[in-house]
Amino acid sequence: MSGHRLAAPAGAFIDRSRTVEFSFNGRPYQGYEGDTLASALLANGVRLVGRSFKLHRPRGIWSAGAEEPSALVDVGSGARRTPNVRATLLPIVPGLSCVSVNCWPGVRLDLGAVNGFFAAVLPAGFYYKTFKWPDWHWYEPAIRRMAGLGVAPREPDPDHYEEVTHATDVLVVGAGLAGLASAVAAARAGARVCLLSGSAHCGGALGWRGDVEVAGLEREARALGVRILMRTVAFGVYDHNLVCALETVSEEGAADLPACVLRERLWKIRAHSVIAAQGAFERPVVFPDNDRPGVMLAHAALKYARAFAVAPGRRALLLANSDAGLALAPQLAACGIEIAAVADGRSQQVEVSAVHGARGVRGATLRAPDGSTERVHCDLILSAGGFAPAVHLHSQAGGRLRWIKDSAMFVPDGAAPGLWSVGACAGAFDRAQARAHAEGTGDALARGQPVPPPPVSGAGICPPARAVARVSGKQFVDLQNDVAAGDIALAARENYRSVEHLKRYTTTGMGTDQGKTSNINALILMGELTQRAAPEVGTTRFRPPYVPVSVGAVVGRRTGALYRPLRRLPAHEWHVGRGALFEIFGDWLRPAAYPLAGESLEAAAEREAHAVRSTAGILDGSPLGKLEVFGPDAARFLDYMYVGSMSSLAVGQARYGLLLNENGTVVDDGIVARLGAERFWVNTTTAGIERTQAAFEEWLQCEFVDFRVLVTPVTSRWANVTVAGPRAWAWLAAAGFDPALAPAAMKHMTLKDSRIEGVPLRVLRASFSGELGYEINLPALKSRWLLERLWSKAAGIGAVPYGIEALQVLRVEKGYLHIGTDTDGTTLPQDVGFARGLERKSVAFVGRRSLTRAAGRDPKRPQMVGLVPADATTVLPVGAQIADRPPPTLTQGHVTSSYRSPALGHPVALAMLADGAARTGDTVRVHHLGRSYAARVVALPFYDPKGSRLNG
Amino acid sequence: MMLLSCPWCGPRDENEFACAGTTHIVRPGPEVSDAEWGRYLFFRANPKGVHRERWRHVYGCGQWFNVARDTVTHQVLAVYRMTEPPPAVPGEGP
Repeated sequence: MSGHRLAAPAGAFIDRSRTVEFSFNGRPYQGYEGDTLASALLANGVRLVGRSFKLHRPRGIWSAGAEEPSALVDVGSGARRTPNVRATLLPIVPGLSCVSVNCWPGVRLDLGAVNGFFAAVLPAGFYYKTFKWPDWHWYEPAIRRMAGLGVAPREPDPDHYEEVTHATDVLVVGAGLAGLASAVAAARAGARVCLLSGSAHCGGALGWRGDVEVAGLEREARALGVRILMRTVAFGVYDHNLVCALETVSEEGAADLPACVLRERLWKIRAHSVIAAQGAFERPVVFPDNDRPGVMLAHAALKYARAFAVAPGRRALLLANSDAGLALAPQLAACGIEIAAVADGRSQQVEVSAVHGARGVRGATLRAPDGSTERVHCDLILSAGGFAPAVHLHSQAGGRLRWIKDSAMFVPDGAAPGLWSVGACAGAFDRAQARAHAEGTGDALARGQPVPPPPVSGAGICPPARAVARVSGKQFVDLQNDVAAGDIALAARENYRSVEHLKRYTTTGMGTDQGKTSNINALILMGELTQRAAPEVGTTRFRPPYVPVSVGAVVGRRTGALYRPLRRLPAHEWHVGRGALFEIFGDWLRPAAYPLAGESLEAAAEREAHAVRSTAGILDGSPLGKLEVFGPDAARFLDYMYVGSMSSLAVGQARYGLLLNENGTVVDDGIVARLGAERFWVNTTTAGIERTQAAFEEWLQCEFVDFRVLVTPVTSRWANVTVAGPRAWAWLAAAGFDPALAPAAMKHMTLKDSRIEGVPLRVLRASFSGELGYEINLPALKSRWLLERLWSKAAGIGAVPYGIEALQVLRVEKGYLHIGTDTDGTTLPQDVGFARGLERKSVAFVGRRSLTRAAGRDPKRPQMVGLVPADATTVLPVGAQIADRPPPTLTQGHVTSSYRSPALGHPVALAMLADGAARTGDTVRVHHLGRSYAARVVALPFYDPKGSRLNG
Repeated sequence: MMLLSCPWCGPRDENEFACAGTTHIVRPGPEVSDAEWGRYLFFRANPKGVHRERWRHVYGCGQWFNVARDTVTHQVLAVYRMTEPPPAVPGEGP
């Protein structure tokens, strides 16, 4: 075994007194508390941890952080299975169980590895080019099964996630030396400071080196009241300095979890200034078979040794293409990792021409510029290709980049709007200079003073990456998406020049790691192939998220019953007691009907509708939209809003109105009643209250700014109990209502205030059923009281409660339109029978000018008509198309509402039909899902055309 | 998510507001031609740069107000009430 545990005092992060048992691919292992899965596996000598995305090549642990492209595992099982977790960030906890992704039957014998034998014929774009005929979709399912990563759970997530909104003066992202120093300086200067640490330890790269400077800064930050969020990664910068960050609250994969835990917390932090201090990634060296288990980033190996007391191998070959890489050799040796050789790629141009060992490194062949070769026995190849500053947040915030040729890296070119970079992510690698600059930045931002530019220094000399010439073996650039130098060369040969095209054609940088270790190398290689420098190739704009974010964290608590909270009637319990069948109507949970035992919804609705026409029924209409409109200009204003003149109403009178938008389209309807000279009661539809109120406010605030009008929404203030039917008044009289409300004393479409037992009632005689109807508005909390009072007298009347379905049957029998059901975004008032109303109205109103455009005057416009099926038994399907022959053909219209009419004994339907008014008596064909029906066009209403039933 | 300053409530997150597009559109009288009425209803400039638009603090005070905003950077250049005269902002063409 090559990987092994080192003796104390190494291991700043682990607690050797606490052993943790876990399993990987079904086998039990032990580690220490503080280990990550990656460090524990390395300590157990495990090198092969996964298979690659496309070619199923064996892969090991490549890094020690968020940039990990290879060591991805699925954690847990069942509903708690989490796919594609980076082993380098996953703390081991007792009972942790995880498996490798993308291999079958197992990671050691993976049948998909047959792809590796065909690697030569699986270059970039292979699938696009090969599986074209007859259609990519024929092949896609099988190819998707072969390629891919982890497996998502199928069950609902049992855990929950929460969202926190926070505001601060200065937000510091990253708790390394530079981040801590800037946070402390800003806090000293009096700013409110919030500091995010991506890991459970402050200090960044210095944290695991046991740095005393870092420990002192952390203490001071806490003493100054800096809010430090641990294990919280900023993944996106959005408009106006909104930073979103993900906090890990519960460990993945712990056994014996309660039924529901808080797993993650999404932070939405609005900061006056953002300081990015995310450090830098190490850039790998490109050489043949550089993806073998045992090849690792050099700084990662040092971190494993220092922080976790794990040597990833016994004998290492160090490939140092940078000053910083070369400096690692003595440090690694001091940890107990023997350095077999150092290949100095800076000036001597020593290259790795071959890696030996198919499933793990057993040696490598080095080739000098003169062509001479040397075989090195080693079990670890450490790759140090220079630094790539983490400019992600800077770029997301709109910052530009500049290229530092000597160090082959991009650094921020000035600050981004509202965001300043410090430390390694600004290119400041010199420790003393970086600290001084970070402090200066924190102080200046807290005081509102100019921020000094960062000192770009200390990264050392590093030649750009290049592929090794005249060798076999794939030289990987992007390990996660299996993109090799050859694929980039192919893209160049096929003349993909733009970095955007390069990225999409080769898919480099498009994995879950978002190319943290591959993007810069891909740019450099593309530049060399096309005789351009990296900055001329350019970079793609970094986009959120910086790290993968679980869907659960984005959803937060907006799931299950909280996904769309429903509104309930104030008298909900009364309806439950009546046996109501509740359904969702818009935002409301309302009784659809009150079925008897064994009765279907349709049968119940027909029975209830029949009862309303023969005796009386009671409907809870509380969700109906209600507005009060006040002011000296209220009448004039409502004239503008509605088709239907409201200024001519006498006090106590009510009138129907259609609400149009400026295009002339019908958007709502309702009844307006005059309560006083300057006061109106407006009923809107249930679904239309918010848009109607919004339209009123928009016209008042933005156009008729000199009108003195106030609009008050009172929907939830007033309940509405509707009593309808020929015995409606008999019922109300029996329940003690004032005789002044009797039909003889109170006309249809009038409103009176009344009282029973001191409870104020606002009674409107109106009808959506065609029967004598009373809409009794009263304080919401009194609605159950009134329903019970009426119900105690119902038996003597033969009355029933009726639901929305019966209401629909009744209103369709009467040909009353329902906004949004019979109308759509093209319906004009003349289409639904209001041509005369338009002619009568003399004053201007919203939408009027649009009605007179050519399209509005077209006699072939769809018009609302009635349809009766020719066989008098078939209920026409809603949405069915009216046409001379089955589709595909031009439609003449469609069915909008359709019910069996208990009053008429046959089905009836409303439809929009081209030139419908002129087609009364015609027989039309109605088509739906391959079936065809004959129907007769009839005039509306179907029932009681004289309207004599309205008066009881 | 932008940060907008409601003239009545102060700075709030964008998701408290609704945008209704271009502001300062003059509503013509009914006597205009169909073509002119159509321009009023449907035709809008789509500037790259300063755009004057109308917002409502829906989940707040309910008030409408005007915003001058750069459509490229999303920088808010001015916020003013519906009845205030439009203030000049930098970068707006003649």
